[in-house]
Amino acid sequence: MPWQRFIYRRHNSMADPQLHHAESGWAAPVERLQVDWVPAGAVILNVDGRALTGPLRGFGQLWRKTYRVYTGEFEPREVMRAWRENFEAFWPRGNRFYAPVEGISPGSVAVLNLGQARQGLPLISTGVFVIYADDESFTFITPQGHMFAGMITFSAFVENEVSVAQVQAFLRASDPIYELGLRLRVGHIAEDRFWHTMLRNLASHFHQHWPVEQRVVCLDPSVQWREARNVWLNAAIRTALYSAAAPARWAARRLR
Amino acid sequence: MNTPIMLLKVRHAGSVGVIVISGEVTAAAERELMEAFAQACEGPSVHILLNFEKLHFINSSGIGLLVTLLIRARRQQVRLMACGLSQHYRQIFELTRLNEAIAVFNTEMDALAALHLSAA
Repeated sequence: MPWQRFIYRRHNSMADPQLHHAESGWAAPVERLQVDWVPAGAVILNVDGRALTGPLRGFGQLWRKTYRVYTGEFEPREVMRAWRENFEAFWPRGNRFYAPVEGISPGSVAVLNLGQARQGLPLISTGVFVIYADDESFTFITPQGHMFAGMITFSAFVENEVSVAQVQAFLRASDPIYELGLRLRVGHIAEDRFWHTMLRNLASHFHQHWPVEQRVVCLDPSVQWREARNVWLNAAIRTALYSAAAPARWAARRLR
Repeated sequence: MNTPIMLLKVRHAGSVGVIVISGEVTAAAERELMEAFAQACEGPSVHILLNFEKLHFINSSGIGLLVTLLIRARRQQVRLMACGLSQHYRQIFELTRLNEAIAVFNTEMDALAALHLSAA
C-alpha cells in the first residue's frame, strides 16, 4: 500500500534545530515529589510525598486552555528569559510562587501559596513539578491534591513577525469538589483571570499593552469517576484544616 | 530557512493504521499529525499504532499533542498504541502518564503480534 506522506516545515524564528537535540530539557522521572529546601515564609503543604498527576488523570472534564499576548519585536528567548527570571513577580497579587535556587529548571519543585492575604495563611498550598524546560518554553505538571490534574506550558514564539507569549494548559479538575467549582464557572473565571493578569504583566515588562487572547476547547466532556477519591488529597481542604488548627499549634508551642 | 523537522507516513496493516513519525514532534506538528490520524482511521482501523522508531525529539508541546490525539482516538473508539520509543521517551511517557492510556511495545512487530494474539 502506498505511503501517505505529511511533511511540515518550520516557519518562524524560534526554530533552531541545533538546540533541539534528543533527550534535552526533560526532567528525570520521579515517583513522588520532595521539597528539599525551605523557602522563607512559605507554607509547604500538599507537595512532599505527592505523586504527579497529568491531564490523563484527574476527575473532571478535560480542557485545553490557550492564552496568548503579543510581546512586540522582542526575541522569544529574551521573553522566555525574562518570564523565567520574574515568574513570581508576574503572578497576580496575593499568590506566591516559591522556586528553588536553581530556578525553573527540569526536575525542580516549586511551592505555591495561593490566595494569601498579607501575613496570613494561604487558601491553598500546593506545588508544581517542572517536567520540561528549554530556551523557548517550560512546562509544569501538577501533583496530587492540586486543583487541576494537568500540564501547563509557557512558551514564546514568533507569529506573523511578532513575538507571542503563550500559556497553554491541559487540565482536568482533580476531584468532584474542584469540578463543581468549574461547572459553576467560578473556577474557570478565576483561572482565566489568573493567566490574563500574568500575561499582561509579562507584556508590560516589555512595554507592550495588548489584550490577552484566549481560546478554550473542551477536549473530553466526560468525567472519570474512578478518580473521585482524589478528594481525599484535596489541597484546599487540607490547607483549610491546617489553617483551622493554627491556634492549637500556637497553644502547643506555648505549653512546651 | 524552512527546515523539515517531521515526516509522517501512514499505512494500514489489517485493522491497524500505522503512523510512522520521523523527526521532531512539537506544537508546529498539530495539523499534520491530526491529518495523519484521520488518514490512519480510514477503512477498518480500530487500532492506531504510533511508530516512534525514527523519532528525534518530542518537547512538552508534542506531549500535549499526543494527549489531544489520545482523547480524539477515545471518542472515535479507536485504541492508540505506540512502539519504537527509546528508553528516555518511555520514561517521559511514564512521567506524563501517557503509558497508562497508550499501550507501549518495543517494536511494530511486537505490537501487531500482541493484537493478533488478543484477537485469536
